[in-house]
Amino acid sequence: MKPLLFTENMKLADVINANHHLILILNRFGIKFGFGEKTVAEVCETYHISTSFFLMVCNVYSFKHYQPNTSVLALSDIPFLISYLQLSHHYYLNERLSLIKDSLYKIAKGAGTKYGTSLQVFFDEYEQEVIEHFDYEEKTVFPYIAQLMKGEKNTDYSIDCFRSIHSNIEDKLSDLISILIKYLPSDIMHNERVEVLNDIFHLTEDLNKHSLIEEKILVPFVESLEKE
Amino acid sequence: MKRQSKILLVESSPIIAAGFTYLLSDSIYFEVVRVLDALDKLHEKIHAIKPDILVVNPSLMDYSKRYMVKSMFREYKDTAVVAFVTTYVEQAVLKQYHAVIEIDDTKQKIESKLHDALLDKNNNEPKENYELSDREKDVLIAVAKGKTNKEIADELCLSIHTVITHRKNINRKTGIKTISGLTVYALLNNLIDESSVK
Repeated sequence: MKPLLFTENMKLADVINANHHLILILNRFGIKFGFGEKTVAEVCETYHISTSFFLMVCNVYSFKHYQPNTSVLALSDIPFLISYLQLSHHYYLNERLSLIKDSLYKIAKGAGTKYGTSLQVFFDEYEQEVIEHFDYEEKTVFPYIAQLMKGEKNTDYSIDCFRSIHSNIEDKLSDLISILIKYLPSDIMHNERVEVLNDIFHLTEDLNKHSLIEEKILVPFVESLEKE
Repeated sequence: MKRQSKILLVESSPIIAAGFTYLLSDSIYFEVVRVLDALDKLHEKIHAIKPDILVVNPSLMDYSKRYMVKSMFREYKDTAVVAFVTTYVEQAVLKQYHAVIEIDDTKQKIESKLHDALLDKNNNEPKENYELSDREKDVLIAVAKGKTNKEIADELCLSIHTVITHRKNINRKTGIKTISGLTVYALLNNLIDESSVK
């Protein structure tokens, strides 16, 4: 069974209407709104983006069973891939997490020191882990890939090391959701909790897609480079 | 030869219902004898057909009754109740069914799950309890204080294996997976106070 996939002749606006979560990725490719009736291929051409890579991201983002064929990617796609991942990291840290942090600190304040402090400590720990995880990617994985592109082989490292690193970033976020829904006393800041929960669910979903893009596109692609 | 087990299927999608029926059409163990697209006349039909297995899509169940599947069908002791899942359904709901069939299961897998359901309907397992036991609370407190499994085992005179089982149960019951999450849980439930967190 082959599910429907997005193709280059679809209008970009239709693609986004079909899965509105894709509005998040536009920025990561530098695409601005106002593209009228242009197709995916036309928009990609305007911005000098590789259409096959753009579609691959859209499809991984939207279809659970989609397995991209990374052999259609070219060396010249790597800068787009890296910049896409870096811009995502930036967005998570500086826009989403900072927002969630502000709301959580407000709730922590309303909860009083006894509960509030533990909530703050929990979040700070989580944030630190996320920073370290992204840092590792940017300072170890991405430079390694840049080296590979230049044809230099680093024998001490391989993308397999990256694959085996399992972070519990996702577990912590799901714990935060449980705490806010089930365990923080019911009289504490209901509306603020609704807001922050919405933000956390959104972030969780987007982070899941982010790891899918790393698992299904980045890792297999770099593996094929290693073999060359 | 033993007669085939009769299945009553409740599924609103005609394609899925036809597909399910077709898949089992050459089965020597099971036969779909009737398909309903809604639950309206279910009880009447169960009385009339006396199915061995009721296969039902949980999303058709009245949402407010989703946790009451067991009691809803208690009067039909001879019928196993199997969930046929096509969309996300929470684990706590699925636990009440004798088996859970998923949309992309193979024919072999479906048959084996239906066999399991027939076996399982006779074991009336006790109701799932989400309260932590006293022992689990002891373990939780120790985990929240940052102790290792070995330290906890020594302190509470348990084997490491038992400590691990308690921790699994704590994770399952609270839904919390990380140690720092459990620390917050313990604080919020007044099992420990701030000064004991290192």
